[in-house]
Amino acid sequence: MKQVFTRPESLKDVSTHFCPGCHHGSVHRLVAEALDEFGIRSETIGVASVGCSVFLYGYFDVDVIESPHGRAPAVATGAKRARPDRIVFTYQGDGDLAAIGMSEIIHAANRGEDITVIFVNNTTYGMTGGQMAPTTMPGQKTSTSPYGRDVSKDGAPFKMAELLSNLGGVAFSARVALNSPKNVLQAKKMIKTAFRYQVEKKGFSFIEALAACPTNWGMNPLAANQRVTDEMIPYFPLGVYKNTANL
Amino acid sequence: MQTTTAPEKIFVKGNEAVAMAAIEAGCRCYFGYPITPQSDIPEYLSREFPALGGEFIQAESEIGAINMLLGASATGARAMTSSSGPGISLKQEGISYMAGSELPGVIVDIMRAGPGLGGIDASQADYNQATRGGGHGGYRIIVLAPASVQEMYDLTMLAFDLSDIYRMPAMVLADSVIGQMKESVTPNPRPQVVLPPKEWVVRGRAAGEPQNVVKSLYLGDGEMEAFHWKMQARYQELADRECRWEEVQTGDADLIVTAFGSTSRIAKTAVAMAREAGMKVGLMRPITLFPFPKKAYAQLSERCKLFLDIELSTGQMIDDVRLSIARDADVAFYGRPPGAGSLPTPEELFEQIRKHYQARA
Amino acid sequence: MRYDVFFAGYGGQGVLLAGNLLSYAAIHEGKNVSFFPAYGVEKRGGAAMCTVVFADGDTGSPVVGNPSASVLLNQLSFDKYAAKVKQGGICIVNSSLVNSDGVDLPGVEVILVPMNQIALEMGDVRMVNMVACGAYIEKTGALKAASLEAALKKALPERNHRLIPANVKAMEAGAQATRA
Repeated sequence: MKQVFTRPESLKDVSTHFCPGCHHGSVHRLVAEALDEFGIRSETIGVASVGCSVFLYGYFDVDVIESPHGRAPAVATGAKRARPDRIVFTYQGDGDLAAIGMSEIIHAANRGEDITVIFVNNTTYGMTGGQMAPTTMPGQKTSTSPYGRDVSKDGAPFKMAELLSNLGGVAFSARVALNSPKNVLQAKKMIKTAFRYQVEKKGFSFIEALAACPTNWGMNPLAANQRVTDEMIPYFPLGVYKNTANL
Repeated sequence: MQTTTAPEKIFVKGNEAVAMAAIEAGCRCYFGYPITPQSDIPEYLSREFPALGGEFIQAESEIGAINMLLGASATGARAMTSSSGPGISLKQEGISYMAGSELPGVIVDIMRAGPGLGGIDASQADYNQATRGGGHGGYRIIVLAPASVQEMYDLTMLAFDLSDIYRMPAMVLADSVIGQMKESVTPNPRPQVVLPPKEWVVRGRAAGEPQNVVKSLYLGDGEMEAFHWKMQARYQELADRECRWEEVQTGDADLIVTAFGSTSRIAKTAVAMAREAGMKVGLMRPITLFPFPKKAYAQLSERCKLFLDIELSTGQMIDDVRLSIARDADVAFYGRPPGAGSLPTPEELFEQIRKHYQARA
Repeated sequence: MRYDVFFAGYGGQGVLLAGNLLSYAAIHEGKNVSFFPAYGVEKRGGAAMCTVVFADGDTGSPVVGNPSASVLLNQLSFDKYAAKVKQGGICIVNSSLVNSDGVDLPGVEVILVPMNQIALEMGDVRMVNMVACGAYIEKTGALKAASLEAALKKALPERNHRLIPANVKAMEAGAQATRA
């Protein structure tokens, strides 16, 4: 019998700790597929962040450095400068990248570090129990915005794919989603493009993946998926915000 | 005696000696952020690294810099950062993660007066921050205290070696006196030291090779505790093998002055003045502040029962001296809190020595 | 033998260069040297001072409270530091800019050298530091004139090496002035 679907080699044969309906697993898989398809697993160094993505080393069958909260782009910078012959990627959530790590991501991007950043935006702090994130949407209730995010006090959510696209060092910046088969296929294409930029030494590449967090949103997986469609995508439009190949 | 092959003496600032020694030690990755009084180090390396194929980054912050050090070190590269008080405080997060991840790496701290923005004058008030780990979690780092520009050079090279051997961050702890003054220095070649292979580095996991992970997260039952006991044993190994200190005329001393770094230099001249005046006074200068040379102090205190601890602070190393000496020995203290105009002179320290020496006799 | 000398003046008088020059000369003679600078935040016009210690053995403290020799180039430094010179020491004073009338320094030999005037006569007032160095080595015998000449090559940037002969002459004039 012909096998038509299998686990990517870059992923370990283990089950994850992610909640049912969480999109982290899908993003992990797409990144692993990209590493497999470029044949770069044995050259890759992953940089884990703090949050639900901290266990990167437990799922990816690549060497991994775990970094302090928000500092993954600085850690990746050091690793890539010391080993320019390696493929270095960070994998960060929204609290990690867009709150405590805003300085590190902006400067690594602006320097045009030859790394790939995978940014998972689920509009909340997952690991610590659903607090308000820098990407929490206007009016969204979380455990630290129980009356809903008040834009007049908390500011508006950051749109990272757009923000980084304005920086000179960024070669590729795109936003994707995992809420439908069509979007998953599109996400795969974008993630591969991001890694291709690094393989070809073209500079900093950035993927923002809109993701569901059913547990902290207080929804079942289907409703959470629907929220990505109905609320997130209209506010965080999908697409390519910068592609130096098109310039 | 000098051999004919000894390198010619050069005349450089303490900070420049650190940068030159880093290059000699094979360091080709430097990440830093400007702050007085250590900016000569990044300035020197930014000038010299391009021709050597080194990577120099002026980071967005000291937090960025220490994490770049973490990343470079995780790949096995010899890497360095440098800063002073306010910047070293920012680096504590990264230093804690490096300690937790058993990563080597050299951090140079050219102390300035604090707390807060403080001032740019010499200080020894970050002794506790350096020797107690500085960040969260209960760890130690190697701390070396140069007292001359020659030692800025030699101890920077030693810091790289010890850091690699014991897999923990190493700090060169000096201040603006040692950093800014110029002295004649012999630029010694890198010592030939057998270093353990870095089998733990992230390098890209090839087929058949184990996955290498550099991390400080331990969640399994007993894992974190086991880590702490392992590190405790390593600190003991350091104490057994790597303590370094200098003794001057302690053999017959009835009073032993003790000081590190810049103040030990001033104290040395004060001790010489006391000897000229007929007083039996010696000097004990710790070179490694962690590991602290406890046994050496204990031995000295078997015969000499009075120590005079001198610091450019209100007293921090004195705790380690107290814990090291015999129960029937005393430690007197003379300190000047750091800041403009507080650097003591040898004449001032001589008066202190005379006062305590006479009170005892 | 251990020598220490304290230089002070205002920024622009070449105090730090003078300290560097003595340091290189001492290294040239195979001695250990410590040069400890201090200066105001201003590049020119602020206070500038340095302490140079050189010895065959250990230099000891880079900081000296009561120097055995002080070279004071302006009124402010004279007023502030002349009284600190050690008993039996020397104080070389730039009498072009310093009025020392009525100041008594018991146990200290005060040598008045009109350094600005001499430097001007030699062609450039900026050589006041060279005049001072010449006076210092002449009075103390701490270093040889030939060592200072050799040191000029190291202390001055390449582009200024053409000025070395004039600087050497200024040092000689400074030495000469102390013999008068």
